[in-house]
Amino acid sequence: MMVLIFMVGIFQSWNIALSIFNLCLISAVMTMGANIQWGYAGLINFGIMGYTALGGLAAVLISVDPVQEAWRAGGFDILMSLWLIVVMVLVIRFILKRFEKSKIRTYSIAAIIISGILLIRFSAEPGIEAIEAVDPAKTGFLGGFGLPIIFSWIVGALFAGGLAFIVGKVALGLRADYLAIATLLISEIVIAIIKHEDWLTRGVKNVIGLKRPAPYEVDLQTTDWFIKLVEKFNSGKLSVIDNLADRQAALNQLVIEGSSVFVKLCYSGLFLIVVIILLILTQKALYSPWGRMMRAIRDNEEAANAMGKNVVKQHLLIFILGSAIVGIAGAMLVTQDGLFTPGSYRPMRYTFLIWVMVIVGGSGNNFGAILGGFVVWFLWIEAAPISLFLINFFTAGIPETNALKAHLIESVPYFRFLMMGLGLLFIMRYRPKGILPEKIEIK
Amino acid sequence: MDFINAIILLLNYIFIPALTYGSQLALGAIFVTLIYGILRFANFATGDMMSFGTMTTILFTWYFQSLGVSLGVLPTALLAIPFGIIFMIFYMLLIDKFVFKYYRHQKSPPVQFAMVSIGVMFVTQAVVRIIIGPADRRFFDGEKFIIKAREFKEMTGLNEGLALKSTQVITIFVTIVLVSLLFWFLNRTKTGKSMKAYSDNEDLALLSGIDPKKIVLVTWIIAGILATIGGALYGLDKSFKPFTYFNNMLPIFAAAIVGGIGNPFGAFLGGYVIAFSEILLTYAYKKFFMYILPESMEPNSLVQLLSTDYKFAVSFSILVIVLIYRPSGIFKGKVL
Repeated sequence: MMVLIFMVGIFQSWNIALSIFNLCLISAVMTMGANIQWGYAGLINFGIMGYTALGGLAAVLISVDPVQEAWRAGGFDILMSLWLIVVMVLVIRFILKRFEKSKIRTYSIAAIIISGILLIRFSAEPGIEAIEAVDPAKTGFLGGFGLPIIFSWIVGALFAGGLAFIVGKVALGLRADYLAIATLLISEIVIAIIKHEDWLTRGVKNVIGLKRPAPYEVDLQTTDWFIKLVEKFNSGKLSVIDNLADRQAALNQLVIEGSSVFVKLCYSGLFLIVVIILLILTQKALYSPWGRMMRAIRDNEEAANAMGKNVVKQHLLIFILGSAIVGIAGAMLVTQDGLFTPGSYRPMRYTFLIWVMVIVGGSGNNFGAILGGFVVWFLWIEAAPISLFLINFFTAGIPETNALKAHLIESVPYFRFLMMGLGLLFIMRYRPKGILPEKIEIK
Repeated sequence: MDFINAIILLLNYIFIPALTYGSQLALGAIFVTLIYGILRFANFATGDMMSFGTMTTILFTWYFQSLGVSLGVLPTALLAIPFGIIFMIFYMLLIDKFVFKYYRHQKSPPVQFAMVSIGVMFVTQAVVRIIIGPADRRFFDGEKFIIKAREFKEMTGLNEGLALKSTQVITIFVTIVLVSLLFWFLNRTKTGKSMKAYSDNEDLALLSGIDPKKIVLVTWIIAGILATIGGALYGLDKSFKPFTYFNNMLPIFAAAIVGGIGNPFGAFLGGYVIAFSEILLTYAYKKFFMYILPESMEPNSLVQLLSTDYKFAVSFSILVIVLIYRPSGIFKGKVL
């Protein structure tokens, strides 16, 4: 796999190779999250997109500086609404505890929820409008806490875990394929909220220019030590050029290229650390008594239950853990891009593609999950050049003006779907356990 | 007078659009439910299969238009639908032979089927996009309106206009005909009854001499008809774009489950439940209240329960609530 990425580096450019590598690492984290749920416990979660987006939201809320004006304009209303929500939840909990299950109880809870939602909607309206009116071209939202963005990786995990707790409480009792549909739809609801609650996330107006944990290219290009470093690396190439002015120009070009490679390398380092930590933790968990218990529950729920294992609780726990890992990946993704675009969260890219990675890589095997993330992401990105090459190869005899050939070349970007689909189908048919199947060693 | 105006307003903006949208969803939902009941898996390729059917219909429509064939006031697409259906069924049988058949013989769990259908979803999506491209396409021709809003106003002297698009009438009419035919088939013919038997209890059905191959074949044929017509009607009414079709899969699933999955009649009604609740909850009632309330009580705000951005979220929330409180759906389907 690494060889392939190196080949991209040599044939296309190191910049592309590194950005593919970084996204491979992020995909690997997501896949590990899904793999924990599916491979360890047999829980199907098609809501990966929702957790990814929540992780991204965490990155925004943590790193953006608070917008003081917006807080003054509508902060109070928002806090009041939050407080109302808390009160509502507490009242419902109280009713659930104090009263016996009856029709009246169900109806009164429904009434409380509906009237609560209406109350919040009408009481928060002026606040939301005031916040969104504050310099809508630049801010128009409450902003965040102004902390370093790295913290958002933890907060993203907490957000996603919190959502998973609610979803798990609601949906985990369902049969597998219903669980899949329910989680898919819940994640769509989450995206709808993130997209349209402008006071919180700026919605489809996007948040750009997030802080970075890595240095900026522009700063690097004027830093002495970095220029020296580039000079040293390319001394062979530079010494060939005799003319001093030409040499300076070549150096400048190299520095500009080098700076973006260097930034990407910084990200790769950070992401690698996360992947390695997660890999160690998940491997430890897999071979611990807890991991054995999870497999027992997965393979025979009733028997595990009879042995005194609390299946419901363990399912909920693993659902939260897996989703939290996906949340970390979501925050990492936004950190790397430096922007948060709620409109870009689509189930194709963030749910189904991740599932292809899990299945292709090998469910239940953490190395398989990472391999799946790498292979599938690499193919997803490089599918267009590969299919372009193939089309040109097979239609070499046909003139350029041929309508069919032109049409095929025009639709090159869509061959990636074909590749993914065929890959998934072939793996499912001929190697149902994935490239690296689950290996259980009993010591 | 004001009262009639209010009724017309609701008819124009809520009732007719919801009925049309509901019909389109209902066809898709019956498709999902049939596959679920008889082949026993949740078909994630639903939306893309519908877009494949629509695509073939569009290609034939273009062909007929180029030949100069048309139906006068009716859209040419109606003529193209039967040909689209043939290709759709052919494609579905091909997929069944090369993909699903193997897992059926293996007696794989439903989850595995669902995963495989995701593979089919990717492939179908690629095929559609490679053949016709991802762009937004309109293929409607013929007369657009049956009643125009302005004509209606002049005719009745009311303030509110009632616009009736021909696609809406076609959609509702075709849906009623198709669904009645389908229920007649399922309840009255021998093949239909054996399909029901197979869905209820596979082993018992096999013992009583029902040929599973025939059942599967007929199921795919019906599914092909439903998918193509449902997709084509949606495309006629709005427009054809592969991405929207993929997204439509979600409310269709919601409709099928709300109605009780495995139960065609439930799916049919589920489509309307979803469509009506989506539109009822996101419509701004300001004008309606202006007509029926005295002037002093007129509302200042839009009187909208949820902003229209949450249209999809409404149907999904309904689904989640149904799943929690009545997992077998409104009309008892298969119990989970």
